[in-house]
Amino acid sequence: MNWLKPSWQAVLAIVLCVVAIALGAMSKPEAAALADPAVSINYPYLGTKGVMLGLAIVAALVSMIRIPSLAEAVVLFVGAHLVAWLLISGIAGFEGTALAPYFLLLTAAWLLGWRCVAVLSGLRPMASSARNALRLIIPAIFGAWILIIWEAVTRGAGIPFILLPPPSAIGVRIANSLPVLGADVRQTIFKAVIFGYVVGSGAGFITAILADRVPFLRRGLLPIGNMVSALPIIGVAPIMVMWFGFDWQSKAAVVIIMTFFPMLVNTVAGLAASGHMERDLMRTYASGYWPTLIKLRLPAAAPFTFNALKINSTLALIGAIVAEFFGTPVVGMGFRISTEVGRMNIDMVWAEIAVAALAGSVFYGVVALVERAVTFWHPSVRGG
Amino acid sequence: MTGISPAVVAASKLGLTFQTNDGPVQALSNVDLTIGKGEFVSFIGPSGCGKTTLLRVIADLEKPTSGTISVNGMTPEQAREKRAYGYVFQAAALFPWRTIERNVGLPLEIMGLSRAEQAERIKRTLDLVNLSGFEKKYPWQLSGGMQQRASIARALAFDADLLLMDEPFGALDEIVRDHLNEQLLELWGRTNKTICFVTHSIPEAVYLSTRIVVMSPRPGRVSDIIESTLPKERPLDIRETPEFLAIAARVRDGLRAGHSYDD
Amino acid sequence: MDSFRDKLIPVTSIVAGMVVLWYVMAVILNAPFQRDLDTRANETPGTVEFIGKTLAQPKPTLPAPHQVAVNFFENTFLRPITSSRSLVYNAWVTLSSTLLGFAFGTALGIIIAVGIVHVATLDRSLMPWIIASQTIPILAVAPMIIVVLAAIGITGLIPKAMISTYLSFFPVTVGMVKGLRSPEIMHLDLMHTYNASPSQTFWKLRVPASVPFLFTSMKVAVAASLVGAIVGELPTGAVAGIGAKLLAGAYYSQSIDIWSALVAGSIVAALLVMVVGIAGRLVDRAMGGRPA
Ligand SMILES: Nc1ncnc2c1ncn2[C@@H]1O[C@H](COP(=O)(O)OP(=O)(O)OP(=O)(O)O)[C@@H](O)[C@H]1O
Ligand SMILES: [Mg+2]
Repeated sequence: MNWLKPSWQAVLAIVLCVVAIALGAMSKPEAAALADPAVSINYPYLGTKGVMLGLAIVAALVSMIRIPSLAEAVVLFVGAHLVAWLLISGIAGFEGTALAPYFLLLTAAWLLGWRCVAVLSGLRPMASSARNALRLIIPAIFGAWILIIWEAVTRGAGIPFILLPPPSAIGVRIANSLPVLGADVRQTIFKAVIFGYVVGSGAGFITAILADRVPFLRRGLLPIGNMVSALPIIGVAPIMVMWFGFDWQSKAAVVIIMTFFPMLVNTVAGLAASGHMERDLMRTYASGYWPTLIKLRLPAAAPFTFNALKINSTLALIGAIVAEFFGTPVVGMGFRISTEVGRMNIDMVWAEIAVAALAGSVFYGVVALVERAVTFWHPSVRGG
Repeated sequence: MTGISPAVVAASKLGLTFQTNDGPVQALSNVDLTIGKGEFVSFIGPSGCGKTTLLRVIADLEKPTSGTISVNGMTPEQAREKRAYGYVFQAAALFPWRTIERNVGLPLEIMGLSRAEQAERIKRTLDLVNLSGFEKKYPWQLSGGMQQRASIARALAFDADLLLMDEPFGALDEIVRDHLNEQLLELWGRTNKTICFVTHSIPEAVYLSTRIVVMSPRPGRVSDIIESTLPKERPLDIRETPEFLAIAARVRDGLRAGHSYDD
Repeated sequence: MDSFRDKLIPVTSIVAGMVVLWYVMAVILNAPFQRDLDTRANETPGTVEFIGKTLAQPKPTLPAPHQVAVNFFENTFLRPITSSRSLVYNAWVTLSSTLLGFAFGTALGIIIAVGIVHVATLDRSLMPWIIASQTIPILAVAPMIIVVLAAIGITGLIPKAMISTYLSFFPVTVGMVKGLRSPEIMHLDLMHTYNASPSQTFWKLRVPASVPFLFTSMKVAVAASLVGAIVGELPTGAVAGIGAKLLAGAYYSQSIDIWSALVAGSIVAALLVMVVGIAGRLVDRAMGGRPA
């Protein structure tokens, strides 16, 4: 039996397929058609049922033969995703009619996908480009399966649209609402977030340098800053709305307050981070406060400052969106979320959340890229 | 493996190559070595010559890539599963969240001894290394030398016949080191254990060992094995005797030969 | 304690400075409205009287500290705690869902971390998503969770607690993964030489090594959990809780109410973080941690 290498995922997938075959009908129309062969009822998977089951079983069996890992992963990848695609595309027009075999087959396909990820995780390629590719491919497959299962379950079980729309519907909604989404992004991100982020982080940075110059200020501000970071600062949102009105200025104010303290605390910590030896070296050059600050201490503080910038990128988005829950003109991401939730347009809410997630990741990514460029000398960057 | 070997450690044509990002590194090559019961064998050699690696192979912490090795007539893995040896690392490696007695008791807990048995053995081994009275202390409350003694107690606690020690006194000052050397010798004399001891210090190696294995780097291999003619009873001042100095000179020559091979 | 005294004077003087600044700002910000009122009532008060009035408006732009303090005191100590206007009651409503969500979030975070550390597949596939999701403004989903759950009949504590769970499990997962991976190679090798089983290595080495990481991340998590509970109270139409008080204050421009709700929220947050910090220190002490 040396040519066999069983895996629990593949074995279980085959068992599930067999059970699915034994249970028969994949959907209610099919069950009706089987019960009454005389009338012709249109039902899903007329021609593809055998293909899907066969494909899943064959992929599972092939994966258990001792073949190269890469070949095994490819077989599993193709098998699992082809089955999933057939399953999802076949249910179109018959939403909500799926029976147990549908879900069994879905689980089987998922197990094959899981096995595929497991095989890929076990690969240790020598080439670094291949390693980097794997670092992307593995989580990508995982993410894809979340979407696949979400899509298949919401459509198969016919989950009401207002509870959880399938990802495809959200995608369609995004495509159809680009102008609205664009306007919201412009209002929330390009006005409130960016302005607040720049001003808040900048003010925190300048205060940190001030605090560094005046030890008394530092000893007082640092504990306060540390404590404030734990407080629900978002609660100032209604006050800011009262002061600065409904438009983006009030949101920017919330963002300023939220981003100020992390920047202050981190930069002060960073300014204390340069080594004593280096500082003594600067002293031997009779270098004054400002040259030392610019040539030694600010570069040494850069990793800390960038850490704050990264934390702030998320905080700024949260601050602006949540502040909009307290009142906005009729545009903005938080406004859209709260009103569309009220109207039960859940797909629009999801669309807005997807855009927010994308914006958050891009924002973070940009900060991280700038960090890499600026602090290229730091071990955490050099080490890759 | 044929029959029962009296050797505690028997290696033949042992080799180990690490696959690293910058290509293969040959840490051990063609090591032939037999260590009998009750021996005290020191390993000495320049940094990177594979001393630690050899000890780790014996301890089944590393798998050889060529040759064979047996420990107590078994594979290292089987020996490890039988808890055939105690390993003392270069640092004390005590768990900071356990008191000294619970650190020493760790292997006993893992082996599933009864509470009473554990307490008895902890007491006995702490006595052995002169740490009685420090049972309830945490590692950070002890000096470096005491911590290292505690880690030796931990290796002794389960009464393995083989002790593998990787530069156990490397980080300690000379006086403490002398003291621990004496205690270790005394312990070895009393218990008839087999000890494999890695060191960088020629006097330490000569003072302690019945045999000194000199290793040389790139690839790591055994370049010389020197039998000690010193008696089993060794007061500290034996280190001034001509006999001692002669052995030390031989070890030094062996080390030099290994170094010059490099140039 | 020395460092404590070192900080005490600077902190108190900065706080005092902020209070003074607050009064000045209150006078400046409330003055225009007061002047309006006075011209309409045809009064010309003296400077002192005018300043007194700016600090005693019922709905000031910026309430003076003593107005907030009085409001806070009244709503905390003078009202029966069953009253829906009592801050104790509202704080309790928020606190209960915070704690429930925090408990679930911590448990979930620990379980996921254990899975990630032990299953290579999860490490390679799930961990990148957990890290990436920290860059996403998760709080944005809060209203949807509340409303969707309400649509299927789940209201009250549970939906808010779910948001708190969601917010608090991220930091715990990331911290615990770090913590469970924190044992030194030498300690792991030691366990290997004892032929310790994976579960022995887990309980005797990985778990104790991860405790400091757990408490550090729990401090972050409990603060996030509270924010989640407060934001979770916004879409329910201001029923009860600190978030509801904030929203109600915003509706009716009751600025003093908003400020005292904010104070209440801050006190709850500070207490929660402190309790977690003290628990962490106690556990650390029990585990032989070196007193700092
Ligand atoms: N895990 C590893 N991966 C790759 N190379 C290794 C590894 N461990 C050791 N090596 C290499 O193997 C060689 C021998 O290392 P080893 O630690 O055995 O030396 P050593 O004699 O104990 O040195 P020292 O006296 O400095 O402790 C070295 O060249 C080292 O770089
Ligand atoms: Mg070594």
